[in-house]
Amino acid sequence: MNTMNPGIAAKADTRGEVVVNEKPEDTVIEEGKTVGKPFAKDPKFKLRNVDVSYGADRAIKNISLDIGRNEVIAFIGPSGCGKSTFLRCLNRMNDSIDICRIKGSLELDDQNIYDPKRDVVELRARVGMVFQKPNPFPKSIYDNVAYGPRIHGLANRKSELDDIVENSLRKAGLWNEAKDRLDATATGMSGGQQQRLCIARAIAVSPEVILMDEPCSALDPIATARVEELIAEMSESYTIVIVTHSMQQAARVSHRTAYFHLGHLVEVNETDKVFTSPEHQLTESYITGRFG
Amino acid sequence: MPDKKDDVYGDHISNKFNDELLALKKAFLEMGGLVESQVDRAITALVDNDGHMADEVRTTDKKVDQMEIELDEEATLILARRQPTARDLRLVVAVIKMVSDLERVGDEAKKIAKSAIKLSEEGQAPCGYVEVRHIGNHVLSMLRDALDAFARLDSEQALRIMKEDKRVDEEYQVATRSLLTFMMEDTRNISRCMSVMWILRALERVGDHACNIAENVIFMVKGEDVRHTPVEEAEKVVGR
Repeated sequence: MNTMNPGIAAKADTRGEVVVNEKPEDTVIEEGKTVGKPFAKDPKFKLRNVDVSYGADRAIKNISLDIGRNEVIAFIGPSGCGKSTFLRCLNRMNDSIDICRIKGSLELDDQNIYDPKRDVVELRARVGMVFQKPNPFPKSIYDNVAYGPRIHGLANRKSELDDIVENSLRKAGLWNEAKDRLDATATGMSGGQQQRLCIARAIAVSPEVILMDEPCSALDPIATARVEELIAEMSESYTIVIVTHSMQQAARVSHRTAYFHLGHLVEVNETDKVFTSPEHQLTESYITGRFG
Repeated sequence: MPDKKDDVYGDHISNKFNDELLALKKAFLEMGGLVESQVDRAITALVDNDGHMADEVRTTDKKVDQMEIELDEEATLILARRQPTARDLRLVVAVIKMVSDLERVGDEAKKIAKSAIKLSEEGQAPCGYVEVRHIGNHVLSMLRDALDAFARLDSEQALRIMKEDKRVDEEYQVATRSLLTFMMEDTRNISRCMSVMWILRALERVGDHACNIAENVIFMVKGEDVRHTPVEEAEKVVGR
């Protein structure tokens, strides 16, 4: 603050040593212990003692968490802390990785996600996913959205399919921009539009949960604001889990925030609490930019 | 000011952010120091019948106002640039609030100085100055301790200041009663005693502002808002 007059009242410089009886004090992570409120009254997902390893590396260490119905929960944490790995367990996206081993109990509406008899395609229709980079199929805008409903047999007639496409594009806030060019190729859209198209594609199959892995990291602020607006609207009918590197985004869109650190789930609390007075020292250090 | 690394606001990855927060804290303490000396000098000017000193206090208040504007601007820029969270956010928010308390303390000092000028011009025998000096010293030490608690992030000291405020209120009541007696004894004392009453009132307000600062320090340290709550509640928060 170089505009300040340094000559005034030197008393400030002579005040005593810093006491700092400040909370939080705890810097120790106890495996399997999460501070705050990791459990929910009406859980959509009930996840207990989840352990994930890639070969000899343990990526997730004994995490227990509930994700509430119609809740928006944000996963934050430094790179490599396991938040994306954990997210991908929720619709078995890790199945394709041979060396990945998952232990513990993961339930969606009280049913085991990892039941060997479970139809994974059906699971992923219920638990949709939006990725960091927009990944539309090299097809028309219409076909991108219609793809899921077609393979799941959700529409018997063309008019029904048209309705699904229109509704999904409307919900994703893309209808006005796309209605006159439904036959145009999706890859010609802007990044923000492509990402909203991917969201439209995810909601076209009427999922119950949408997993978002850094959905805005490749978008400009306007497209980001649109997607965040969309998340707020969708939270009325969907459960949303969002992994984000943007602290402000987590603070804006989520109800609860979960802080991951080196494979541990350190703290879960109401988002307002996490960003104004977190309980755990590591959460505090991370969100205030004291380590990255 | 302690070394940057030893300060809880000085250990971010971004050095520029450290500098901004520490500069904000330092500037607040500088403003606090100035305001503290304003009150002290206003009381001395009154008791010593020093019109010149009182006039200086009056003009220095402009500097206090200027510091308020600069601190607010700096805090606003930090919010815009850094979107601080947790304890950093609490520091910035608390400073924004405490700055207006300090500015109001400055105004009270100016009021006292103006009365001192008026009283010194009238040149009557002093009355109630013992009380003024007594309460003045009391609220000054509260203000000093509040700034100290801010500098050291000492919530226990802040709590002690909150408790002190009640005693100042009691002393103010006692002083008012004694001035009333003066006025009843001789009606010619009324105008003069009324001026001193306003001065006492101003000092009592300084105590309230010191208390507000103390409450904000508890908020900064503990993350809980203890305004408009009984002292016992604040005690529980600090004890946590």
